[in-house]
Amino acid sequence: MLIKRKEFIQIGSLATASLMLPKFLKAFEKPMMVPPGNKVVVVVQLSGGNDGLNTVIPVRNDIYYRERPVLGITKDKALLLTDETGLNPALQAFKGLYDDGNLAIMNSVGYPNPDRSHFRSMDIWHSASESNEYINTGWLGRYLDAQCKGCDKPTQAMELDDVLSLALKGEVNKGLAFTDPRKLFNTSNGKFLKDVNSDHKPGEETIDYLYKTMSATLSSAEYIFEQSKAHPSSQTYPNSELGKDLKTIASLIFSDINTKVYYVSLGSFDTHVGQENQQKRLFTELNEAVKAFTDDLKSNNRFEDVLMMTFSEFGRRVTQNASNGTDHGTANNMFFISGGLKEKGVLNAMPDLSDLNEGDLKHKVDFKDVYATVLNKWLAADDKLILGKTHSHLNFI
Amino acid sequence: MQVSNRLKNQHLLWRSAFGPMAENAAILESISQKNLWALLVKTSSKPVEKIEVTKNPVDEYGMTTATPGEMQKKLNDPEIRKKIREQSRDDIKNMNIRWLDTMVNSEAQLREKMSLFWHGHFACRIQNSYFSQELLHIIRTNALGSFADMLKAVSKSPAMLQFLNNQQNKKSHPNENFAREVMELFTMGRGNYTETDVKEAARAFTGWAFNPGGEFVFRKNQHDDGSKTFLGKTGNYDGDDILNMLLEHKQTANYISKKIYRYFVNENVNEENQQWLSTRFYANNYDIAKLLEDIYTSDWFYSEKNIGVKIKSPVELLAGIRRLLPMQLENDQAQLLFQRALGQILFYPPNVAGWPGGKNWIDSSSLMLRLRIPQILTINDAINIMPKADDDVQMGMMEMTVRKVKDTVRGGTATVDWPSVNTIFEKVQREQLLENITATVLQTRGKVSIEVLNKYVNTESRENYIKSALVNLMATPEYQLC
Repeated sequence: MLIKRKEFIQIGSLATASLMLPKFLKAFEKPMMVPPGNKVVVVVQLSGGNDGLNTVIPVRNDIYYRERPVLGITKDKALLLTDETGLNPALQAFKGLYDDGNLAIMNSVGYPNPDRSHFRSMDIWHSASESNEYINTGWLGRYLDAQCKGCDKPTQAMELDDVLSLALKGEVNKGLAFTDPRKLFNTSNGKFLKDVNSDHKPGEETIDYLYKTMSATLSSAEYIFEQSKAHPSSQTYPNSELGKDLKTIASLIFSDINTKVYYVSLGSFDTHVGQENQQKRLFTELNEAVKAFTDDLKSNNRFEDVLMMTFSEFGRRVTQNASNGTDHGTANNMFFISGGLKEKGVLNAMPDLSDLNEGDLKHKVDFKDVYATVLNKWLAADDKLILGKTHSHLNFI
Repeated sequence: MQVSNRLKNQHLLWRSAFGPMAENAAILESISQKNLWALLVKTSSKPVEKIEVTKNPVDEYGMTTATPGEMQKKLNDPEIRKKIREQSRDDIKNMNIRWLDTMVNSEAQLREKMSLFWHGHFACRIQNSYFSQELLHIIRTNALGSFADMLKAVSKSPAMLQFLNNQQNKKSHPNENFAREVMELFTMGRGNYTETDVKEAARAFTGWAFNPGGEFVFRKNQHDDGSKTFLGKTGNYDGDDILNMLLEHKQTANYISKKIYRYFVNENVNEENQQWLSTRFYANNYDIAKLLEDIYTSDWFYSEKNIGVKIKSPVELLAGIRRLLPMQLENDQAQLLFQRALGQILFYPPNVAGWPGGKNWIDSSSLMLRLRIPQILTINDAINIMPKADDDVQMGMMEMTVRKVKDTVRGGTATVDWPSVNTIFEKVQREQLLENITATVLQTRGKVSIEVLNKYVNTESRENYIKSALVNLMATPEYQLC
């Protein structure tokens, strides 16, 4: 195989060292299938606007209990992290991760002039735009554009879903979305499409683009399917959607695949009515799946290379509403989970409930600084190029 | 290469309408483009039939006799609001299906296609189904009329005023959102005005509002009637003045004609042709029908480089399939699911900039689904897709998900009227059949080869032969283009 120098460098920046090793050398590496150092990010989207104040609870804040006479979670029920901070009782595994120094919490993450509509705010988080800007590409998609010129398979970023999110769409490169590697591989008309594909002669630019996408998808499907079978996870996962998705991700992380970014969603956290049960149900699913996933990574010595981060398009109002729920708010907290954190625990001050903007939290950390940090420090990418601006870097990784 | 008469006619139908229909596919061999264009104009000249799915919720809740204050109070009631919200979601779903059906079946093809363009241009996404319905009616009535009239009507619609926060644009607290988007997206485009122009225009639009009954109102006491300097001129301008000044500016004609060129002719703009269109559009006082006539009666429109190079939007794709293969759909939900999974749900544009289009439609999963849709619709292949929850756009899609898991829903469950499809090819001899079907279905220069097609056609009967060839051809990358 002849690789042009330029392409080689670009592939090299993304691929793991092991991808370049001949197969026979890899045999000696067992039981550690891929050498440490292949950094991976797993983004967990909490869709619908998760209520951050009932996730990381300010257990000594009178304003919190005053504004949430029914919904407020009392100190004795919360899983205490510090004197003034507790976790939602459904997040036991997160408490365990905190105790082991594998969890970091960033409070008050948001952006200036926050938008309270789901789709618009999600759009802003996905594209990493300002609130008065419209960008048709996502931050992880542009990461692919920057890192992946000449990549032959779009497997560097993958979403466990049937529809690809804006976050993973770049100008030239786009991530790959699928729920089940087997299903992706067994497309009903796969044989016909393969024949059509090999028959295609390059011509006009747009049709070539479609053929390129199709052929990359067909070959990726095969690749992902094979990789997912190579080192299947033996850990027991809960039988939830998220549990299945994280099991697939773990199996791929243990394989030789060159994926750097995985993307999953859980929802809906849009708890206008009867918040307590809905959030509890979703957190239980999150908690069990994350527990299995982190245990799995630990027992396979990969926990230090994987960074899991959660986000939601916005937090919710400080004051509960008349239906024992909460309405759309603004700034929110984010979780970072990894065996390789540089800073652990509660990273910054709890939100100041006495200094609100029309009843909503003011943001203290711009989410784009978080992206810049992850891109630069974890994925070794040019965050300025990808985000179009210089952002401050944080110190948790 | 000589472009055949039929290819030119199909080109005209794909761009100005939603593609050829089974029942008139036969005349495309012989009719001239001029006559076909005249036919398209004629069939779109009848008065617009309103798509009406909802009454004004204010009437519905017996609030017409109440004072505006009392009305507002009722509308603030959480129970009533919840009911209205749920009703609205259903209404928008019905409106979506009704409009999609209209795109497939209406003879006013030119109008509906143009309306789809304006629906993306004046992109608006709100929960209030009544406001959305009224905005759609404004767009469909003005789609082939005067752009100036449409701009003014849209700017005074409760839907747009609400979506772009002009209710909050008051003398004491100006909100620039509406003014900014009117300039950036609806008229001149970025880079042709300053931030000061935006601020001054926002002042002029203060007081433009609507009442709970959905009527435009000018709130004089919230209007800033002081002097403003806008695009180099100074005066005590109001919103109408600003819109007129934007229309007087030639850049508006340039921006709109360029967008139309990219949408209907080619993403790669031929400067000379576009400038010619822009000058005439301006001289014709923004007459949309004349602009379209300039495009569709020009020789350059039919040149080879403009044919078969545009990626169909999901709605164009779905409507196009249903026009060539007339079908009875047993499941409306699938139509919504396709729109969701392919990235274009009518009434839910991604943001005020509309659908970006072109290559943005295509990624691995959307392309693979596009290639499966013909099978799903015609052979009842399982849909097997489950888009993630979207808190604005449930519309019963989650129920669909649950049913999918139980595996009871098999495909879009459509019944295709194959006999009428067969009539398109009744005079074609067996040896020419594949070539003929290919020429009917595909607009691209390069085509899927007969050898490959031959491997996958069903030779049991002539009907099965035609059916399998059509379905296979529609499941190719080439069919994604028009």
